[in-house]
Amino acid sequence: MSGGFYAITRANLEKDLRLEWRSKDALNAMGFFALLVVVIFAMSFDPSAEESRRIVGGIFWVAFLFAAIVALNQTWAREMRNQVLDAYRVSAAPASALFFSKVLGNFLFVGLIELLVSPLFVVFYNVRSIGPVWQLAVVFFLGTWALVANGTFFAALSLRTRNREVMLPLLLFPISIPALLAMVQATTNILSGEYSPDMWIKLLAGYDVVFTIAGLLMFEVVLNAE
Amino acid sequence: MKPKTAIFVLITLALLGLGFYQGMYAAPTEQTMGDIQRIFYYHVPSAWTAFLLFFVNFVASVMYLIWKSPRTDAWAVASAEVGVVFCTVVLITGPLWAKPVWGIWWTWDARLTSTLVLWLIYVSYLVMRRFSEGQQTATLAAALAVFGFLDVPIVYMSIRWWRTQHPQPVIGGGANSGLAPEMWPPLLFNWLAFSCLAALVVWMRYSLARAEQELEHQYAVRSLEGRDEMETQLKRAR
Repeated sequence: MSGGFYAITRANLEKDLRLEWRSKDALNAMGFFALLVVVIFAMSFDPSAEESRRIVGGIFWVAFLFAAIVALNQTWAREMRNQVLDAYRVSAAPASALFFSKVLGNFLFVGLIELLVSPLFVVFYNVRSIGPVWQLAVVFFLGTWALVANGTFFAALSLRTRNREVMLPLLLFPISIPALLAMVQATTNILSGEYSPDMWIKLLAGYDVVFTIAGLLMFEVVLNAE
Repeated sequence: MKPKTAIFVLITLALLGLGFYQGMYAAPTEQTMGDIQRIFYYHVPSAWTAFLLFFVNFVASVMYLIWKSPRTDAWAVASAEVGVVFCTVVLITGPLWAKPVWGIWWTWDARLTSTLVLWLIYVSYLVMRRFSEGQQTATLAAALAVFGFLDVPIVYMSIRWWRTQHPQPVIGGGANSGLAPEMWPPLLFNWLAFSCLAALVVWMRYSLARAEQELEHQYAVRSLEGRDEMETQLKRAR
């Protein structure tokens, strides 16, 4: 069987990575956008090191929530040209594989930008973590996954609406509120070292599991909506 | 108006009147809060009705995804719209009560925040419906409704861990909680009245949604048959 889930996911992911490597459209736009948000927030609040620990968690995730929208909006727009999405629809390949590859791709793009931009928080906000840094890596991983898993799904959903670019944040933000709360609280707890972030990390993991499964199961419905 | 509908409207009006009398006059004045507490008889029934309607929306959406029947989609849109209205009533009556009792309009407490997030999710559902066109709207909206409903328990848990200030559950709370027995009838009468009102409005909205679907269907059939063009040509010929 040539159309296995794994093979199709891999083929799609490779194609997306190659396209992005050549054009760097999403990465450039997203990276510059995140940089702007970080600089503007730093100038607006001008926090001391102590204040930074309390607000950086919020600023970090709000910056990447906004920046991720830039990448997510381009995810499916690319497939509209030359009716690629229609071709995919009539093919026998499982829709969930297409969805999963897009989530992985977006995860890599957003994650890469997070890695590149986070040092700026040390520079502009003078942040030093009191809690263990490896926990931050766990929160980054789960938080980014939460944003892109739902984001990729809702980007496909808003693709079918009028002014789709505006639609995505309107759908994504309300549903993401609990995840955003968990990311921000976990990050702040680690940075300030006052409370344990465990509960929030578990919530985030639960959120990721629920919505990844829901996305995989429901994507076919959205792809074939007529 | 059909006779059955007219009777139902009369019953609803009577219940609303009875609920108003019970809540404003018959119910005893609360010891510490005074008359302000009477908003409770509108706040709580609205909340129950809104949550019930959101649940109806979820069930209708799942049924739509299974059977693709336009009827279930009409139920989904009607229940979501009316649910948002009742949820708005909850969000307005809450601060009206909170200002004199708590001294603040709003606080990021568990139930307040959960209700607000729920309201945001269903408003985004309605916005999506508005910005989508044609047959796909129903499917996309149903998918969104399922996602929104999955989010509700997570929202509730996350925000309960974050804050809690809302008066602890008065009904079925702890040993010292509980309503005075005389407060039950106004609450239940108002709930019944609000449920009837909601049912009435949902039914009207449902009929409207069905009429819209029928209209769209007629347009589609007409354009397929090319009848519109024939008619304009006929008019010109005359």
